[in-house]
Amino acid sequence: MELVLALAIGVLAASGVWLLLRPRTFQVIIGLTLISYAVNLFIFCIGGLRTGADPVLREGADIAQYTDPLPQALVLTAIVISFATTALFLVVLLASRGLTGNDHVDGKDGTP
Amino acid sequence: MSAHLLVLPIVLPLLVAGLQLLLGERRRRLVATLSVASCVALVLLAAALLMGVSGASAGDGLTAVYRIGDWPARFGIVLVADRLSVLMLLLTAVLALALLPCALDRWQQPGGPVQPMFQFLLMGLNGTFLTGDLFNLFVFFEVLLAATYGLALHRPGARRVSAGLHYIAVNLLASMLFLVGVSLIFGVTGTLNMAALAQLIPTVPDNTRALLHAGAAILGVAFLVKAAMWPLGFWLPRTYAAATSPVAAMFAIMTKVGIYVLLRLSLLLFGSGAGPASADFGDTWLLWGGMATVVVGVVGMLGARDLGKLAGYNVLISSGTLLGAIGLQHPAVTAGALAYLVISTLAIAAFFLLAGMLAPDDETEATALLEPYDPTGEALYADEDEHRATLPAPVALLGMCFLVCALVLAGLPPLSGFLAKFALLAPMLETGAGRGATALFTLVVVAGFCTVIAMCRTGIQIFWADEDWAFPPIRLGEAVSVLLLLGSCLALSVWADAPLRYLAATAEQLHAPAHYIRAVFP
Repeated sequence: MELVLALAIGVLAASGVWLLLRPRTFQVIIGLTLISYAVNLFIFCIGGLRTGADPVLREGADIAQYTDPLPQALVLTAIVISFATTALFLVVLLASRGLTGNDHVDGKDGTP
Repeated sequence: MSAHLLVLPIVLPLLVAGLQLLLGERRRRLVATLSVASCVALVLLAAALLMGVSGASAGDGLTAVYRIGDWPARFGIVLVADRLSVLMLLLTAVLALALLPCALDRWQQPGGPVQPMFQFLLMGLNGTFLTGDLFNLFVFFEVLLAATYGLALHRPGARRVSAGLHYIAVNLLASMLFLVGVSLIFGVTGTLNMAALAQLIPTVPDNTRALLHAGAAILGVAFLVKAAMWPLGFWLPRTYAAATSPVAAMFAIMTKVGIYVLLRLSLLLFGSGAGPASADFGDTWLLWGGMATVVVGVVGMLGARDLGKLAGYNVLISSGTLLGAIGLQHPAVTAGALAYLVISTLAIAAFFLLAGMLAPDDETEATALLEPYDPTGEALYADEDEHRATLPAPVALLGMCFLVCALVLAGLPPLSGFLAKFALLAPMLETGAGRGATALFTLVVVAGFCTVIAMCRTGIQIFWADEDWAFPPIRLGEAVSVLLLLGSCLALSVWADAPLRYLAATAEQLHAPAHYIRAVFP
């Protein structure tokens, strides 16, 4: 499971970085979204991976069968914030498209 | 009540912003009154906290700790006010209050909920300076960044939106790096409380120490993007030049946020108490990176052709100088760096306002470019007498303000810029200031000299050489703001003794992180 997760994070981050370096604003925003997915997964797995374990401690529960709840709380915050900032970026992207008439990140289309 | 004083700098702007949003844009006078009240209250709060932390003898100042929800520090989030935090709170509050006349004047026209965003920015800044928890720091960073996105795009035009697009993309990526760094540090140590981290770092086993360092380095990159270290600062001059002038002036403190966090974390987590393997981690990078930033700033400043860019490159020089000074890790240098931080923030903010007053800041018009200087040309001497005779008072005011600004920014005597630079540079020549101190010294002096050249050239072109320079009419609010900012610089040159002693004590406290840890975990 660790390998699958590591591969998923790697692929997401790599495609995100590649898209981020593209010249179109839409590609940039998708790239940022993919990177934020990768980061969210990364935060989620930083407390250690465990299947079917409880994050909330119950009476008489075995502490060894318990998963760290803090990364889950952190990832919730991170998801909300990156969602909000991505939405804001989308608005700026549309404004830029409306003002410059093209979707190049520099506001001018170099291609003939 | 006094126990809850510490949380008020965060809660007050939040409440005011909420109230302003509810009132809407129609009841402009009430909204403006609320803004003024909030900024005055923040200055008073910061002053009250300053009294609280500077009560004890030098170096062992009282550090106030506020446990949110009264949870123990290991589980909950703490707010910590030591001398450095309170200094930054006071600087932010004074800057905000000084900019308010200009902001209220400028923002009379409808253009989105600017006043609430300004308050949210203050909330984010205050939270960043007060928090003692890394993840909480991330949250406050996002609050203040979201506010700056809105402010940078105030009254949008093509140039502003394009610069804002880059600014937002760069900062979103930096936030992702922040999260990666924070989670790596959490994975290694199991805590995000800064004081607990400082306790744990010496005991981290060697096989995970590399991971910890990687996390800290990634976190550092996120802050260096904010502090605009070369090569991470290319977004800065363009964004700042494109923003409206009160916004750009408020942004003068934004790079200082990155500097603050780097100073705090490098001394708390990787100071002398971090054990032999981790002590002074990253210092060399800060030192040389800071010097590279100064070089880039100087080159950019000498080549800048509009006033906004000139001010933007001044921000880079100030940022680079501070980063280099942090990299030296010497208490006396740190004290000087703090003095330089305060003065350069105020002076750069004033310069951004002046730039807005000298060059029309209308999206529809092209920005006024400085004419290439031509000493043999006719323009300099033609009609000199006539020109002098009709010199109107506003231009004289602008010229005086420009002169004071230039003196402070370049660090020439007799003003506070010189005092701050002297406090910063003098300890670098002492023995034991560390490797690279001499190089940084030389570079800062050369940068000051180049600032003189750039400011002289600009001043000559605007006030003497260019007959056709169109001085837009001065608004009262702008003039009041500039005078307040420069007045505080002047006041600091006259009454410099007490502030400098406070800063020396601050630096001592920063270099002895045991106080901080003991305050959080008594």
